[in-house]
Amino acid sequence: MAHSGIQEFRLPDVGEGLVDAEILQWYVGPGDRVEVNQMICEIETAKAAVELPSPYAGTVHELLAEAGATVEVGSPIIRVDDGSGGGEAAGSAESASPSGDAGEEKEKPLVGYGEKAASTKRRPRRRPAAAANGSGPATAVEEPPAPEPAREKEAVAPVLTKPPVRKLAKDLGVDLRTVEPTGEGGLVTREDVRRAAEGPAPAASGAPAAPAEAPAAAPAAPAVDRSALEERIPVKGVRKRTAAAMVDSAFTAPHVTEFLQVDVTRMMKAVRRLRERPEFADTKVSPLLLVARALLTAVRRHPEVNASWDEQAQEIVLKKYVNLGIAAATERGLVVPNVKDAHAKPLPELARDLQALTETARAGRTSPADMTGGTITITNVGVFGVDAGTPILNPGEAAILAFGQIRDMPWAHKGKLKLRKVTTLSLSFDHRLVDGELGSKVLRDIGAMLEDPEGVALAWG
Amino acid sequence: MSDTTAHDEPELVQLLTPDGELVTHPDYPLEVDADQARSLYRDLVLVRRVDTEAVALQRQGELGLWASLLGQEAAQIGSGRALRDGDMAFPSYREHGVAWCRGIAPRELLGMFRGVTNGGWDPDEHGFQLYTIVIGSQALHATGYAMGVQRDGALGDDGEAVIAYFGDGATSQGDTNEAFNYAAVNNAPVVFFCQNNQWAISEPLDRQSRVPIYKRASGFGFPGVRVDGNDVLATLAVTRAALQNAREGNGPTLIEAFTYRMGAHTTNDDPTRYRASAELEEWKRKDPILRLRTYLEKQGLADEAFFAGVDEEADRIGEQVRAECRALPDPGPLEIFDEVYAEPNVHIDRQRADFADYLASFEDAGAEGGR
Repeated sequence: MAHSGIQEFRLPDVGEGLVDAEILQWYVGPGDRVEVNQMICEIETAKAAVELPSPYAGTVHELLAEAGATVEVGSPIIRVDDGSGGGEAAGSAESASPSGDAGEEKEKPLVGYGEKAASTKRRPRRRPAAAANGSGPATAVEEPPAPEPAREKEAVAPVLTKPPVRKLAKDLGVDLRTVEPTGEGGLVTREDVRRAAEGPAPAASGAPAAPAEAPAAAPAAPAVDRSALEERIPVKGVRKRTAAAMVDSAFTAPHVTEFLQVDVTRMMKAVRRLRERPEFADTKVSPLLLVARALLTAVRRHPEVNASWDEQAQEIVLKKYVNLGIAAATERGLVVPNVKDAHAKPLPELARDLQALTETARAGRTSPADMTGGTITITNVGVFGVDAGTPILNPGEAAILAFGQIRDMPWAHKGKLKLRKVTTLSLSFDHRLVDGELGSKVLRDIGAMLEDPEGVALAWG
Repeated sequence: MSDTTAHDEPELVQLLTPDGELVTHPDYPLEVDADQARSLYRDLVLVRRVDTEAVALQRQGELGLWASLLGQEAAQIGSGRALRDGDMAFPSYREHGVAWCRGIAPRELLGMFRGVTNGGWDPDEHGFQLYTIVIGSQALHATGYAMGVQRDGALGDDGEAVIAYFGDGATSQGDTNEAFNYAAVNNAPVVFFCQNNQWAISEPLDRQSRVPIYKRASGFGFPGVRVDGNDVLATLAVTRAALQNAREGNGPTLIEAFTYRMGAHTTNDDPTRYRASAELEEWKRKDPILRLRTYLEKQGLADEAFFAGVDEEADRIGEQVRAECRALPDPGPLEIFDEVYAEPNVHIDRQRADFADYLASFEDAGAEGGR
């Protein structure tokens, strides 16, 4: 008997026909008070990232799935003590017993996830009347008697496997019926077939005795099992997308990277002066802002660098606008949101947009629309305390500028050795459409603007 | 190629600015007293609350789907309030605010989205047809119904008018354009009320039409007007005038209520995948409820106690909707056969009997095969 007020919330199907969802984060933990409709977690399905509101008011008793876990629709994800302990919980269809007897609780299925809990079990059918002691022959339905499921399986159950594995078995002359399946749900895997083909006799079907028979090929090496010292992290979410984008970019666009060291002492002074200007009063002015503006100006002078390669059409697409991407390291990984139409923005607006974009990214709230349509990107590797890198292009873009740390360096200045603020710029470009000459011009131009921001003030617009 | 879209700037009928200032329009005079303004405000807040609760219920597994009206409250309450008792409305599936005006209880709306009924209410009793999921087909139904009204001779100052609701996406459908043409040539007493919420799921308006939607009407030969759909007063005035025009036998009007879908297309959809957050922020400043509240406050037509009272009432209704939704009865398994034909049908009867036998073949089956 359920004699406490503990309510379970099962993962609903929030999108018509979904089978599972990943829990991105919990907003509550055990002991927290929750109200009805208070958002308790964020989940990501194949269709959308959505927040789930609590159907109960009470105290969180237990979280039943960790952030990062993929949970099947219909599985309980949280228990909430609604304080009705001892009550009869009349009228509450969800007053499921939290104790182990999940099998037969016979609760009303919530809309949207159907009969999940019972999916592995068939509802028992009545025996056809004729077989059941002939008690009611007249009412026998005409359909053929349902065969006993278990016996049917023994007699004619086909071997479960995939077509390519069937083919492999056929090619290797392996009778699938003799293969011990190790796959999920009794599936015969490719490895099972191989093992059966190599193995001495299918008779040894008891314990997996194979390791014992392994010939001592490597005699001395003690078989240390290092797997205990390894952690396996499933690849998903932002990491998965980043990996796909990197592979896509690195193996389609031939990358070239050029470097330039720049004396940015005067640029740093310009940054300080900008900070005092009223139009930047409520905005963060950072060196990144001036690097961004320098890049935008360079794009205006050399529009060919703000382009993409259309493989299918065999065309180079010159973009007459700049959606300026900024690579940002966030808790969830690398995201590259972009400032739309950055080319047309006056400096204060660009500053505000850059600030908003990085804050949104840090808060993990960057929308996918903010991340698409970029035309050229800046990555600020200086924040990690390094000088330079060979950045990989954001897919579909022709150039990416890495901006290194700014540090004091001995520098030849006006014929003397001085301590100056120096940074390193690295520009990677897609060598299919950007030649070394163009790439070098762009990089030199950016460098010149940062070296002497006031001197080229006219160009800053 | 010349740009065929280069017309003058579309005119937008507006009586209440986003800042809550009342303005006048020569063609749409409207007298609104304090009571009416407060009552409109109350409706806007309550339908938004019902909608919010329904979205939450879907996220909790209590509804299979929900199409949120967030942002479109004024377009719906304004036009819904313009209808008279004898008028007939043909909704799509998002017209929860119009349903509210037609006296349909929120729980009746939830039944279909919970999957426990195929309809939910009696269309004749409320002058509000069942929700139509197929995009734009109700424009034809409304036109046919309006032609019936015409043939019944039910026109005149006290006559009946018909209104069809659809979205910007439906204007790309053949059905809608056929309805425009039929209504025009038959001079049918129908108002086509298009809530242009800027997005047909993920397709923006500029991918759907090269001309402003209301201008399509002129090609079919009837008037079209664009109204600020986030302005409940203008929507009320424009819809009332168009209905009256239809009632008096002067034929159809296309109203384009210019509004914005602030939420997802339905609970299945994630708008952050295709539209920039800045756009939503821009429309939040034009929120239909906010501007009416500003107006009421500025004019001293309502005090804090009034607003707090409406909010309290909204929360009560939210709780009530939640309780009623969970209490909606599941239909029996044989009811699926009941509404297929109006009259007895031998094939359906046989299928019903077969299905009843099948249900009874389970060991744990009850008397009627239900579970």
